[in-house]
Amino acid sequence: MPALLRPCLVLMVVLTLITGVLYPLVVTVAAQTAFPHQAAGSLVVEEGRVLGSTLIGQPSDGPGWFWHRPSACGWDARASSGANLAPVTPPQIQAWHDRATVLRATGLTGTLPVDLVTASGSGLDPHLSPAAALAQVPRIAAHRHLNPQQVRTLVEGMVQGPDLGVLGAPRVEVLALNRALRTLGSGAP
Amino acid sequence: MKPVSVDVARVLRDSLRRLAPQAHLRNPVMAITWLGAAFTSLLWLTALAGHGSESPAFVGQISVWLWFTVWFAGLAEAMAEGRGRAHAEHLRGAKQALSARRVSEARVDAPVTAVEATALVPGDLVVVRAGEVIPADGEAVSGIASVDESAVTGESAPVIRASGGDRSAVTGGTRVLSDHLIIRITAAPGDGFIDRMIALVEGAKRQKTPNEIALTILLAAMTLVLLLAVVTLGPYAAFVGERTGTSGTIGLATLVALLVCLIPTTIGGLLPAIGIAGIDRLHRANVITRSGRAVEAAGDVGVLLLDKTGTITLGNRQASAFLPAPGVTEEDLARAAQIASLADETPEGRSIVVLAKERFNLRSEAPAGAVVVPFTALSRMSGLDGAGLCLRKGATAAVAAWVVDQGGTMPAAVTAAAEGAARGGATPLVVTDGPRVLGVVVLKDIVKGGIRERFADLRRMGITTVMITGDNAQTAAAIAAEAGVDDFRAQVTPEDKLRLIREYQAGGRLVAMAGDGTNDAPALAQADVAVAMHAGTQAAKEAGNLVDLDSNPTKLIEIVRIGKQLLMTRGALTTFSLTNDIAKYFVIIPAALAGVAPALGGFNPLGLGSPQSAILAAVIVNALLIPLLIPLALRGVAWRPASASQVLGRNLLIYGLGGLLAPFPLIWAVDRLVVLAHLA
Amino acid sequence: MTPTDGLQMFLFLAVVLAAAVPLGWWCHRLLDGTWRIPGETWLFRLAGIDPAVGYSGGHYAVAVLCLNGVGIAVVMTLLLLQGVLPGNPQGLPGTSWHLAFNTAVSFATNTNWQSYGGESTLSYLSQALGLTVQNFLSAATGIAVMAAVARGFARSTTTDLGNPWVDITRVTLGLLVPLAAVFALVLVWQGVPQTWGPSVTAQPLASGEQVIAVGPAASQIAIKQLGTNGGGFFNVNSAHPFENPTPLTNFLQCLALIAIPAGLALTWGRLVADRRHGRAVLLVMTLLLVTALGSAWWSETRPVAGLAGLNAEPVNLEGKEVRFGIGPSVTWLVATTAASNGSVNAMHASMQPVTTLVGMALMQVGEVVFGGVGSGVYGLVLYLLVTVFVAGLMVGRSPELLGKRIEAREMKWTAVALLGPSAAILLGTWLACAVGSTSIANPGASGFSEVLYALSSAAGNNGSAFAGLNANTPFWNVLLGVAMLIGRYSVLVPVLILAGSLAAKPRRAADAGTMPAHGPLFILLVAAVIVLVGALTFLPALVLGPVLAALGSPS
Repeated sequence: MPALLRPCLVLMVVLTLITGVLYPLVVTVAAQTAFPHQAAGSLVVEEGRVLGSTLIGQPSDGPGWFWHRPSACGWDARASSGANLAPVTPPQIQAWHDRATVLRATGLTGTLPVDLVTASGSGLDPHLSPAAALAQVPRIAAHRHLNPQQVRTLVEGMVQGPDLGVLGAPRVEVLALNRALRTLGSGAP
Repeated sequence: MKPVSVDVARVLRDSLRRLAPQAHLRNPVMAITWLGAAFTSLLWLTALAGHGSESPAFVGQISVWLWFTVWFAGLAEAMAEGRGRAHAEHLRGAKQALSARRVSEARVDAPVTAVEATALVPGDLVVVRAGEVIPADGEAVSGIASVDESAVTGESAPVIRASGGDRSAVTGGTRVLSDHLIIRITAAPGDGFIDRMIALVEGAKRQKTPNEIALTILLAAMTLVLLLAVVTLGPYAAFVGERTGTSGTIGLATLVALLVCLIPTTIGGLLPAIGIAGIDRLHRANVITRSGRAVEAAGDVGVLLLDKTGTITLGNRQASAFLPAPGVTEEDLARAAQIASLADETPEGRSIVVLAKERFNLRSEAPAGAVVVPFTALSRMSGLDGAGLCLRKGATAAVAAWVVDQGGTMPAAVTAAAEGAARGGATPLVVTDGPRVLGVVVLKDIVKGGIRERFADLRRMGITTVMITGDNAQTAAAIAAEAGVDDFRAQVTPEDKLRLIREYQAGGRLVAMAGDGTNDAPALAQADVAVAMHAGTQAAKEAGNLVDLDSNPTKLIEIVRIGKQLLMTRGALTTFSLTNDIAKYFVIIPAALAGVAPALGGFNPLGLGSPQSAILAAVIVNALLIPLLIPLALRGVAWRPASASQVLGRNLLIYGLGGLLAPFPLIWAVDRLVVLAHLA
Repeated sequence: MTPTDGLQMFLFLAVVLAAAVPLGWWCHRLLDGTWRIPGETWLFRLAGIDPAVGYSGGHYAVAVLCLNGVGIAVVMTLLLLQGVLPGNPQGLPGTSWHLAFNTAVSFATNTNWQSYGGESTLSYLSQALGLTVQNFLSAATGIAVMAAVARGFARSTTTDLGNPWVDITRVTLGLLVPLAAVFALVLVWQGVPQTWGPSVTAQPLASGEQVIAVGPAASQIAIKQLGTNGGGFFNVNSAHPFENPTPLTNFLQCLALIAIPAGLALTWGRLVADRRHGRAVLLVMTLLLVTALGSAWWSETRPVAGLAGLNAEPVNLEGKEVRFGIGPSVTWLVATTAASNGSVNAMHASMQPVTTLVGMALMQVGEVVFGGVGSGVYGLVLYLLVTVFVAGLMVGRSPELLGKRIEAREMKWTAVALLGPSAAILLGTWLACAVGSTSIANPGASGFSEVLYALSSAAGNNGSAFAGLNANTPFWNVLLGVAMLIGRYSVLVPVLILAGSLAAKPRRAADAGTMPAHGPLFILLVAAVIVLVGALTFLPALVLGPVLAALGSPS
């Protein structure tokens, strides 16, 4: 046993130093040198004010903003979470029903884009499907007294296709959309 | 097939005795089945008293069928034992036929007592006359005789055995050709073999083979896993029932039924019978084994070392051609050779007589007054003198020397013909009449009919055949090519055999060989599967792990087949047993969970009568599979020589896919019967 | 869902198989000693290790247990004391004893079950010095043990299975650290944070305030994927947009979690000197993976009745991220449950019941379809042994694998190794239903699935979860901790003993009568045995969970 203890302890210490100290530090230095913006959390800063992160969905309620997908954690970026209910369970179906009711109340007709009804896995999904963003255009245009076509063009211009043409789904980043929305003109929300 | 009468009453008695729990202690699958049967019997009693959710009729029937399952397993083993015992008894009878003539003192005219060979003990004296078989290993104490030891040594020419000196040891199973010998027995023949055979087929004394133990562990592990799955199913069902609001549970008898259906009862019940039947098949091939282990090892053999003589070729060389000297007709040569051989009782001698008769329709008779010159170890010739003839036949060198002695010369053409024959793998015998050399008789090793095909079969099974012979390389190569062996070794000494076996073993192969001589003993001991000829020496029999009563080295091939068949039967029935479970899950799970989850109860593609009838049908089919498969277990699965992949593909199709599908129609049919009979 | 789903899945499989080839070669070079680590001689001298000294099976196991035991102790200490240790800008307190136990066992056993949310529970120091280190060492342990088992087959009549310290050091420093460092930078480039600063407070456009957790995430995420660990830096793991910001990182992470296990199948073939066999093992895994992927994708794209009733698109995007969509989410679920990684990019609890059945089945068969790094292959060896045992008998030979006879002793340890995790799952689920049901989030049969999934994940050393389960209770933390220990060591120790037993035997030559350990028949047979054994053991439980949930769904 003592014969094992020395290799065990020495390796533990040395490998801990390499993988637990050296490795993260080297990665940190390299990352902050090469990609300082991303390494810090892809933060959006306007006039010294941190608006959020391009990668993190945020509360965007109010009729004049593009709404994010429903969040099971209330946009708490310190406690990401999904709803974790099976799609066959009554509470999950009830939650969808409640959200659909809210959406219908905003005047949305036809088939509901599913990402507006379902909560994301992280609760912090920064994106909407193009359909879900476009579905919100009439409400926002009406509220901001904008030409709906203008808003639609804005959305369409901000659609990101799949990465490398095949990976993932087409999407629109909501924070960027809402920031752009401010430049379109008149009314504050 | 020998007629064998199985003691049916004893089989039934034995099978019923196996209903006792201690009969299943070594067999975890049947032990669980026994416990299940006992437990459901208790459940039946409590159900009669009005406890539990299941009806007494249902629980009672489950219980009865579980007891049947236990009984069927016992029946399979008892049947295999009964058959094995019958064959063993039969062999005992056959062997007793071999008798010997015991004498009280070492005189040829001493009073003789006829005894069974098996009754001989070391120290007994026996007299053996020309034409008789020496009953056991011994030492000549009186007389001199030529003995055909080809069965032991592979050497076709007779050898001289005489009392005194180092030619006194004689070997059991060899035949005295001339004169007589008085022999002191040094080893008891067939010591306890028959008793050992019976022990091997009787359960109580039967040792499990390593492979059987490993399989039992696997089956025990499967049983344990399924036990866990079924034991936890009850509480799971209750938990889900409570959460989904149905509040259903699964009855205990249903859980036990599910368990017994799932655990591999088919193979578990038939496993002992398969092992016994394998050994029994070996016995029926007249091969006796010391342990079941040797039978399994036979299936693994990668290299067969085969002695040329007796295995690949017929035991003795035969005359195949007459090559006359210049100026001599073939017929004259044939006639002279025939006359010279009339008194020669060796197989070679007789074959010359026969060939002359066949070729030229010669039926010579010994000239009146002629004197037979017998073969002696010194002269290495035999022949006949008288009536103006002075015929000799023998090895080229010996005859040449004699001819020169007689004032003649050896014609160059005859020498060349003799050399040519030798190059072709044959043995030349030169025939001369005094100084006048008549020609050469060619004696050829005759390759056994069909042996080439058998070697091809072996090759397909991945077994390398190696011919070993004391002949020179030339002769050996010719015969090896004719017989179609994979390799050969010429001029092999017994030490070479041992070295050869070690070589192959170092290369990771299992080696099988047959042998009989004392000098084979080290090689036999080294070989993984060693078949000693019963006619061979005691030392060989001690060194081998199998003994062939027929002393037929070709039996080796048969033994490999029996070994493979034994393993294949185990594997096939294990596969069958495990794939069966899918069908049983298919039927029982929805039926068992019908109360817990009505959504599942509706899943009934077979259209079975009711959950109870479905479960009962599954239990009945599970029980009946054992007796249905007893014939297969006893006979062994069909076997044909092919590569491992072909055999596997075929067996998977039959026993894997068959196991998957077979229960469906069976369960359906039994369910119909159960419903018709209003059993559930 | 989107027309590119099929293309993405195909691309994924193609890249995995392509990556397996160089990785298999790389690992083999490290494990057979061709490649050395610069400075290793110095390190071994410091540690008193003679690299030439081979360990027996039992000895190897003791060394591994020793290293993992020390690892558990270190992580527990860090977690309990993190409140007073540096590297804790959020000022998080020390954890409870049971969470510390569960987490330490979880990371040391390569499970990475997380009863906690990373961003809200653990200090940066705990994550880096505790968890990241174990991510490396538990992965290296698995690979080292696989190498030892391979040597048991490859070597004849010896007790020498190699030196565990040397194997672990070379794998850590020669494979995992360099790969992880490069991968971490790629992740940062795509948006994964790597900072030691505190959380950021943002003022969103619309209203209110949002505190955004950041941290040294990239360095941990890189190794959590590569080492089939799976323990996320953030609570929702790779569904979190910081942890997995783009479809590209998603593809790379999904690739990273399965590429080394795939490569190790080929390394295995090289180590046992039968590369055809290595390819056959990889194909067995691929065959099962493709089957699982097909089934899961089929299931997940079934219209969701609950959504259809609302005139919403009946696509199950619940618990999934928009940037990934259905295809990549299903691919990840299958890959992560197959490869014993346990990271998630979508919430498994929110998947369709039959989809979750696929995931559970992959974990329940013992994480052998790719499986954990190293542990996947040595786990598969158990099934190979069972397969050749039964099939070998059927060809009329005493069973052998790669020239080694399979006898009672091997069968005994195979049985122990197969039984351990299964017993932990089945009995643990029973116990949890009886005692821990208050932690269950889902109603009905889905609630039972939640429990079954948790135990399957723990005993399979996977680590993924139906995240609704509140597992941070003394009962659950201890139960799952014990299940993880059984799942890891009831396999690891028996296979090493088994390898020792095999090493002592001579290696037999193959001939036409030997059942080949490659070729289509062998591949199909092994796959069938895995499915059959898994089905026999878990079908009743799966029927009561996901199957019943699917059948009982309102239509």
